Order: sequence, then structure tokens, then C-alpha cells
Amino acid sequence: MPAFWHWFVAVGTILFIIWCIWLIGWSARQGPQDKSDADLTGHKWDGDLEEWNNPAPKWWLYLYFITVFWGVGYLIAFPGLGNFEGMLGWSQEKQYEAEQQAAIERFEPIYAGYAEMEFEALAENPDAMKLGASLYASYCTTCHGSDARGAPGYPNLTDGNWIWGNSEQQITMTLKQGRNAVMPALAAALSGDEAIDNMVTYVRSLSGLVEADEAAAAMQPKFVALCSACHGMDGKGNQILGAANLTDDNWLYGGTAEDVRYTLVNGRNGIMPPHGELLGDNRTKILAAYVYSLGNGD
Amino acid sequence: MDTKAQYNDTVVRQFAIMTVVWGVVGMLAGVFIAAQLIWPQLNFDLPFLTYSRLRPLHTNAVIFAFGGSALFATAYYVVQRTCHVRLAFDKLAAFTFWGWQVIIVLAAVTLPLGITQSKEYAELEWPIDLLIAVVWVAFAIVFFMTIARRRVKHIYVANWFYGAFIITVAILHIFNNLAVPVTLTKSYQIYTGTVDAMMQWWYGHNAVGFFLTAGFLGMMYYFVPKQAERPVYSYRLSVVHFWSLIAVYMWAGPHHLHYTSLPDWAQTLGMVFSIILLAPSWGGMINGIMTLSGAWHKLRSDPVLKFMIVALSFYGMSTFEGPMMSIKTVNALSHYTNWTIGHVHSGALGWVAMMTMGSLYCLIPRLYNRKGMYSTKLIDVHFWTSTIGVILYIVPMWVAGVTEGLMWRAVNDDGTLTYSFVESLQAVDPYLVFRLLGGLVFFTGMLIMAFNVWKTVSEQKPAPVAVLDPA
Repeated sequence: MPAFWHWFVAVGTILFIIWCIWLIGWSARQGPQDKSDADLTGHKWDGDLEEWNNPAPKWWLYLYFITVFWGVGYLIAFPGLGNFEGMLGWSQEKQYEAEQQAAIERFEPIYAGYAEMEFEALAENPDAMKLGASLYASYCTTCHGSDARGAPGYPNLTDGNWIWGNSEQQITMTLKQGRNAVMPALAAALSGDEAIDNMVTYVRSLSGLVEADEAAAAMQPKFVALCSACHGMDGKGNQILGAANLTDDNWLYGGTAEDVRYTLVNGRNGIMPPHGELLGDNRTKILAAYVYSLGNGD
Repeated sequence: MDTKAQYNDTVVRQFAIMTVVWGVVGMLAGVFIAAQLIWPQLNFDLPFLTYSRLRPLHTNAVIFAFGGSALFATAYYVVQRTCHVRLAFDKLAAFTFWGWQVIIVLAAVTLPLGITQSKEYAELEWPIDLLIAVVWVAFAIVFFMTIARRRVKHIYVANWFYGAFIITVAILHIFNNLAVPVTLTKSYQIYTGTVDAMMQWWYGHNAVGFFLTAGFLGMMYYFVPKQAERPVYSYRLSVVHFWSLIAVYMWAGPHHLHYTSLPDWAQTLGMVFSIILLAPSWGGMINGIMTLSGAWHKLRSDPVLKFMIVALSFYGMSTFEGPMMSIKTVNALSHYTNWTIGHVHSGALGWVAMMTMGSLYCLIPRLYNRKGMYSTKLIDVHFWTSTIGVILYIVPMWVAGVTEGLMWRAVNDDGTLTYSFVESLQAVDPYLVFRLLGGLVFFTGMLIMAFNVWKTVSEQKPAPVAVLDPA
């Protein structure tokens, strides 16, 4: 901090400490520390309010003095007086870095050991998967849930339905760099409530939820024009784009007519945040294998 | 009779009655949000009933409506009695009453609507903040002009504390709420980032120190000796602990921001002065308890004194716990857990509320020309419900807080966290039920008080009281 504020803080702190010490001294000097000397001060208020002038208890004065004395010592040892860094050279950044370093030295070999294994073998190693489950509990549950079954807008990881693919490379990429799945709003392109309703019926018919009537079936050219670029001509999706399969009755944002209508009209913007820096390569691989095991187990 | 020669007890009565009313309202809100933490469905999917909006309503209602009204009532009563003059400026005093009530009603409307500055204990938006500033300055003028007109040379110790509370709260309120208005219901703070956080907790902790501590010590210094019919134990102790308390409290705020982006030096000063604060805080407790000593036999027959001694005990306990929690290594465990909630409520229920209740039981009969409350038995019942309620509240919160702190830091042999966050939520669930139970018991006591006060004042016609000549 600038010199002025350094001195402002340092001198201010010292003055307040001197003030405390002066008050303790003043109190200690006030007459003999003997209760028999207690007298009324002679002041009287509201008929019957009076004051004795007992000395402050000695233990209390000692307590006060000890805390002030300790405070002075602490300010010599630790950063507090403006820019003065303290004799111990401690800072919270240094403490954080030291703890991080100690953790890396202790735990990173464990992760590195697992990371050397083949991906598929790793996903079947019980110890590694226990570790993976802990990582999952810390980093993934907020969105994907404790049971990994997701929530509306947050993919279910246990159903074997892989929006972005389940190869080692794809899962690793999802974890490290995150994903952004954009479904554009199509209200304008569909022009009119009736067309939207028909398209909703058409899309839901792909999963067999409804029978497409004539009007809905007539939306097929519109589907090819608007939707097939991402979801494919047959509506089976595209893992490279994270475009959902519309034929498997598995709905990330809900499959009711109302839900599908909302998706069409307003679009969707699914974000998986990147975790590469947070996890590092070795832990990413373990977590990727764990996620793989969630969706590919029995 | 010349009204100059009578005390202005009208405004005191108004504030005293509203203290009880807002106590019921604020504690009911607290009980309701405690239930929401166990059964989230209780927000009924209505935005204005969500926890996020009712929690500030609860804190504002109990601190500023209940606690604030109690401080206004007792400050106005005490300053007249101990200065031997009528309260200065009748109309300005009346303005502070109606102004304060309008502020409370505005808070009760805007907070559920989601209109907020998002600063803890300073949620109210800028138009209400301006009104608070005006009412507070009026409060200061009334109080200090009464002191200036006093007919005794010495200013009674209670008034030092009330005076410090009034001046400091004005400064805290004004500086923490400096903002640029955008619309009638939206403004931006002039502080940003870490500076904003530091200002907020400078305000926040001194709201505890001056609103909830110094103000209520003022209350204690009048009503404890009055009720015990004993002199204050030590004048020189009051001098030392008063000047220490107001000097040291100012520095303690940064202990709310340990291990954050706040610079190390500020964190250190916050911690050092928090620990130095222990003795100055205890000075008030010693003076209160030693004033009662020699009147212990009265505790058998006088439940009002019981309120006061238990309030002082909780004060001593909270002001020990606070410095301990400000130590970085302890704080690393306690911060962000329910321990903090337990600590706050041992102060707020145990000290602030119980001191207020004791003082009101002493004050209300005097305001309504009666010898005592309608029922002493009910005061005793209230005392026990309060005491049991506080304990049922804070003990589960301690256990819950330590449980959370330990679960969050537990690490497996492979370096991963042992528990996910949601597991810590599941672990504290039972304690939240006990906390609700404690809150309900405490709230029941408040209802008993409301009934007792109603019976005491409803058929009683207050008589004007002549100003007493100085001895």
C-alpha cells in the first residue's frame, strides 16, 4: 500500500494499543486494590441510582493486559502494521501454496499411478473407481445429482445415452474444456402457432410419443430444412455437435408437448463448465473413467 | 400542572408496546424460516415466501424493529430519569416514533418483494436508508439536547453507552449505505469488490458492537441497579470498559473475512483487536453481575432479576465465544457453518432479547402507573421458556456447526474429500429440527409476554409523572 496508508494503519494501530494500556494503567492506579476502600461516588440519579467505586477485579485487569500483550507479540510476528510483513514472513498466499505443494507431493503419485492404466481397465479398478466416486461427489453432484441421474437441463450420466460421446477422448474433452450445446430459438423460422404446434407433434412422433397426423407429418420438409443440420435427417442426433437424439424418448429438457414447445420457441443453452485446470490431467482421467463406468455398467 | 415539569412518557409507551409487537412478528418470521430449512415446501412456490426474502425480513424485524424499538423506549425513559428533565422536543420525539414505524413497515413490504441492496443487515434500498438517516439524526438531537438540559452535573453511565450507540450507528449507517440511485428501488454501492466487503463488515460487526452491545449495555446500566435496588458496582470499571469497548470494537470487522481476498494486514488487525475485546466486553458483565451480588436472595422472588442475570451470563458467554471464533485457526473450522448462527443467537436471544424482556417487565408497570405486571407468575413462566428455548437453539447449532466444519475438511487417504456437500446437509438435518423446537419455545415465551403486557396495560390509564428534582 502507499506510504501514507502504511503509516496511517501502523500508527493508528499502535495508538489504539497505547490507549488500551493507558486505560489499564489508569484503572490500576485508582486507589488501593482493596474492596474495603469501596465508597459510593456521591453521585445520585433518579432518586436511588448510585455508584460504588470498587476497584476493577485484578484478574480482569490481568486478562486485559495479557490480551494486549499477546496482541503486540502477534503484530510483531504476523503482517498487520501496514506494509510490515511480520518476523515470521507468513502470508495466507504462502500458506495456501505450501499446503497445495504438500498435497501435490503426497497425493499426485497416487493419481499418476492410476493414470498410467488403460482407460477401460481403470474403469473396472475398484480402488480407482472409489477415488473417482469421491471426485464425482466433490465436483459433479451440484448439477448432475448425488445419484448422477441429472435433472431437467442436466444430463443423466447413468442411462448410457451419451450426448457428446463416450470414448475416452470425448469424455476427457467434456471434462477438461467443458461443452456448450446451443439449440437455437426457432419461433421466427416456424412462423405461426399452428406450425409450431405441428412441429412439436412431429418431433414427439419421432420418439413414438404421439401419432403424427397429416398436418404434423407435413412438417417433414421443414424438419429437414431447420433441424437436420444438427439432429440429422433421421433425427438421431449428432454427438460431434452434442445434438440430441430425438428418436429415443430420452429428453434432457422434458418431453411433454409443453416442454418441447418451449425448446423450439426459445431455444436452449446447455453449459458444462471446463474442469481441466481444476483437476489436472491425472485426476481428469480417473474421473473420466468413473463417468464412463456410470453409463456403461451392466 | 406545567407539562415542562412532567416526563414525556407517551413516546416511551409507544415504543415499549411496539417492542412487544415487533418481537412477536420478528420471532414468528424466524420460526417460519427455521421450518423452511427443514421443509423447503413451506415456501409454497411463492417468491415472496422464499427463504432468501424472509431471512432478511426476520433479521431486520428482530434487530431494528424489536431491538430498535426497545432501545428508543429505554433510551428516552432513562435519559429523562437520569437527567431530571423532560425529554427535549416533544414533536421531534414523536417524529422518531412514527418515522421508525414507517421504516419498519417499508422494510416489511420491500424485502418480501425482493427489493434489496444485498448487504447483510443493510438490505433496505436507498429511499428507506435516507429516511433512517433523518430519523436517526432526530433521535440524536432529542437525546443529546436532553443531556444538554440535564439538571445534574454528572452524566449517568447508561447515557454514555446510549450516546455512543446513537453516534456510531449514524456513522455506520451513512457510510455503509453510500450508493448511486438508479431507480426508486435500485441503487449501486459506491464501493466495489474487497473494499465493499470490508465496509460491509465494518458496518456489520459494529452493528453488533454498538446497536446490540453498547445500546443494550445502556439498558443494563439503568435497569439492573434499579431492579436490584443496589448501587452500580464500580464507577471506575465502567469508565475503563466503556472507553475500551468503543475504541476496540471499531477494528473487529475484518474477522468476518478471514482467508479471503482481504489483505493479510486487515485480517490480522481484525483478529488481534477481537481478542483484545474480550476484557472490555466482560467489564460490562462484571459490573452487572457484581451489582446484583448482594441481592441474590431477590432472585427467588423476582423473575425480572432472573432475566437480567441470565442475560448477563449469555452476554459473557457470547463475548468469550466471539473472540475465540475470530482466531484464524478456529475460524477456519467455524466459518460458514451453523456455529455462527448459534453464536449470533446466544447473543441475540440470550443477551439482547432477555435483557429487553427484563427491562420491559421493569419499565411497563412504571409507564402505566402500576406496582407490577399483571402476572408475576407469567413472567416466571416466560423466563423459563426463554432460557430453555435459547439452550435448545444454540446447543444443536454448535453441534451442527462443528459437524459441518469437520465434514467439509475431512480428506481421504487418496486426497479426495470424504464427504460431498449434500452429505453435510443431511448430517445436520436433525439439529435443524431441535433448533426449530428451541425457536418455537422461545417464541411461545414472547406470546406469553404479549398477553401479560396486554393485561397490564389494556385497562390502565397512564398518569403523568412529575419530573423528580435532583438529590
